[in-house]
Amino acid sequence: MTPIAHSPHAHAPTSVSRIMVTVMLALTPATLFGFWLYGWPAINLWVVALSVALVSEAAALKIMGRPLRAGLLDGSGLLTAWLLTLSLPPWAPWWLAAVGALFAIVIGKQIFGGLGQNLFNPAMAARVMLLISFPLEMTAWTVPMPITSGAAPGFFEALGITFAGVAPADGISSATLLGQVKTDLGRGLGLDQVLAGIYDPAAFALGQRAGSLGETSAVLLLIGGLILIARRVITWHIPLAMLAGVALPALLAHLIAPGHYPGLAYHMLSGGLMLGAFFIATDPVSSPNSVSGQLVFGFACGVLTWIIRTWGGYPEGVAFAVLLLNAATPVIDRYFKPRIYGRDRKGVALIPAKESTK
Amino acid sequence: MKLFKLRGGVHPEGRKDLSAEPPIRVLPLPQRLYVPLQQHIGAPARHLVTVGEKVKKGQLLAAGQGAVSAPVHAPTSGRVVAIGDFPGPHPSGLPMPTLTIETDGEDVWDDLQAPADPFALTPAEVAARVAAAGIVGLGGAAFPAAVKLNLSRNSEVHTLIMNGGECEPYLTCDDRLMQERAPQIVEGIRLIAHATGAREILVGIEDNKPEALAAMITASTTAAAAGGAVKVIAVPAMYPMGSEKQMIQVLTGLEVPAGGRAADIGVLVHNVGTAYAVQQALRLGRPLISRIVTVSGGAITAPGNLEVLVGTLAADVVRACGGLRAEAARLVLGGPMMGTQLSSLEVPLVKGSGGVLALTGKEVEASSPGPCIRCSSCVRACPMGLLPLEMAARIRAGDPAGSVDWGLKDCIACGSCSYVCPSHIPLVHWFNHAKGDLAARERLKMKNEATKKLADERSERMARIVREREEAARLRAARKAAADAAKKATAEAAAAAAKQKLEEVTA
Repeated sequence: MTPIAHSPHAHAPTSVSRIMVTVMLALTPATLFGFWLYGWPAINLWVVALSVALVSEAAALKIMGRPLRAGLLDGSGLLTAWLLTLSLPPWAPWWLAAVGALFAIVIGKQIFGGLGQNLFNPAMAARVMLLISFPLEMTAWTVPMPITSGAAPGFFEALGITFAGVAPADGISSATLLGQVKTDLGRGLGLDQVLAGIYDPAAFALGQRAGSLGETSAVLLLIGGLILIARRVITWHIPLAMLAGVALPALLAHLIAPGHYPGLAYHMLSGGLMLGAFFIATDPVSSPNSVSGQLVFGFACGVLTWIIRTWGGYPEGVAFAVLLLNAATPVIDRYFKPRIYGRDRKGVALIPAKESTK
Repeated sequence: MKLFKLRGGVHPEGRKDLSAEPPIRVLPLPQRLYVPLQQHIGAPARHLVTVGEKVKKGQLLAAGQGAVSAPVHAPTSGRVVAIGDFPGPHPSGLPMPTLTIETDGEDVWDDLQAPADPFALTPAEVAARVAAAGIVGLGGAAFPAAVKLNLSRNSEVHTLIMNGGECEPYLTCDDRLMQERAPQIVEGIRLIAHATGAREILVGIEDNKPEALAAMITASTTAAAAGGAVKVIAVPAMYPMGSEKQMIQVLTGLEVPAGGRAADIGVLVHNVGTAYAVQQALRLGRPLISRIVTVSGGAITAPGNLEVLVGTLAADVVRACGGLRAEAARLVLGGPMMGTQLSSLEVPLVKGSGGVLALTGKEVEASSPGPCIRCSSCVRACPMGLLPLEMAARIRAGDPAGSVDWGLKDCIACGSCSYVCPSHIPLVHWFNHAKGDLAARERLKMKNEATKKLADERSERMARIVREREEAARLRAARKAAADAAKKATAEAAAAAAKQKLEEVTA
């Protein structure tokens, strides 16, 4: 006898793997751009991270005695590794991606109990772990060298860079804008001097700059984010609140001391803000579940990012900000709930305000 | 008219086009009807006929008993051939007390008594006739209509809302009824308003039913000339628009207080089908013995709407629609969002059955549940402002009471959360299970308290008996002592007297 099914007897055409695939599709423009901009070593890194993620997830599921098929096919492990790769220096050695992916899947996700149980965003947890453990490798940036240009390393040269640690030739390493500005401001230079010659907003928006593999093109990431909103995978609340959280203090500080604090466009276009706002902070597992909670979460992520960028020890703060707010999510969920129909905000039943019937 | 904003809701695929076009057909008389004694919320009716007895159409078969109940009438003329258990229209298919009637094919009405002018009756008389006609809410809940009328009269209802939402996918029975019998519905609405004293009458109809809207507007304009303004309002098509609480909110902006009734805020809600039944009862004296049933779903050969006698087997109506053309992955009584699964079609349809669906596997889109990814789709979909994912997490952890803090008691079981869940978690199933669990715990607690009270009373009684016995013993002892003392005193007195006498004698 077939078991009795409970209502509803219909279902929206949606599933976890469909959501994950949609996010991957939304990441594709920025990723392809990163591949083009940084060439074969970037592609190698991406392949390594995704393979390690699959293998380590399979091993973890097997050890825990959980169904392999469902755990691997939902696509969440691949997405985590993909997001991590986008935040790595594009010519990083293979083991950096491998260690990161292993950490993200095993420590960041499976140890907590698998999909849906992790407190922290696994990709960002891995990124921060790598940044603290391997600061040198994690800040070895490359100047853009499009795959179509003559200077780009060929396929076999790229294998050497990724897998054999062949040092890139001199003159192609570079600093990120955030890093450069932080160092120079620290040396007492004025902002206009610092930015002269190294900062062109238009080129920055498109992504023609040194930076992480997939974080440089703000425009393509924004397009990906808008796809996610259009496909209803995410809502606008967290991204907009996070951008506002960076924009408001940036505008204010720039207004007060323009020579010391960079302005709005600089903050919006640099670092991992766009990736963070649309793809990282919106991670459903580690973000709050009510609209008001999401607004608070996003805004706090933004403000923290700006604070770390401005006064912190690291030039970029998105990963730290998101992790700190991940830790605050259970508290936010406790205090920011939707109002229940027929009750007031405190949950007390409404008193019937009887209209006069006379 | 200004409409108010609703929270949440979902937009399931309507699939109403399957059954919306063909006009309502009357199902030919089946050979046998199986009329359950309980077709409503409340106490089952008590049967008044015996096996072998001949009955006429509309004759009272069973009387309602208790404050919340409804009588049951013969759907056609024939002979009672059995009184006993028959599988009921419930997922379990468990047997329930049922009258089996063999139809005689003559369909002869009993003597019907209709008032000359139903509007001349007092509100209480209208409610009494609605009760006698066995009318229950035809929107699905099957709550006795007269109980609601009396309740509203006592709580000064000022607004009557007629629910023509019909937000469940597939179902078109109210749609067709409004298209084909709008004047009767409008008269029924005016009778309900007359019975409750409501001054404002609003009819909410989803804007995906333009023909029904047009027919109802025409009928209400005609009725307005006769006095009694019925306002027909198009409301946005959205699930669960046809839920009582949501329909009130969208039309009036008022919310029914948690744990309260619509009457608490001066509103009464009835389904349009119920209004039609009220009109039939008061104009023609006909009790509720039939209803419109939507037969639809991808596995039905010729979907449509049928006027079906209460007690007709679901199998008969499916046969009348050409039978199944594909394997039905699921049989559903009611709509796909809140309806119940039928394990067999060999069960009778009752007053509250609005639809029989035979769905294909593709339509059901069943999938095994996965882990919650906290995407909060359920939070956005919930029309009540609850946190389904938090409630489910607590229930799964064995803490149904904890889920109350996140809204379990406010859940209307509409199924919006389950519908949108990407992990296919059967959230409403969890919630209904937890509600049952809490109710059972509540009953156990009350039972324990009653037992404790009885035990306390007994020990107190025992203590009192002991106390009284001791008291009696003490009294007895005291009395004995007193008697002894008196005896002693008498003896002493006698002795003294004897001594005195002796002294006198010797002296």
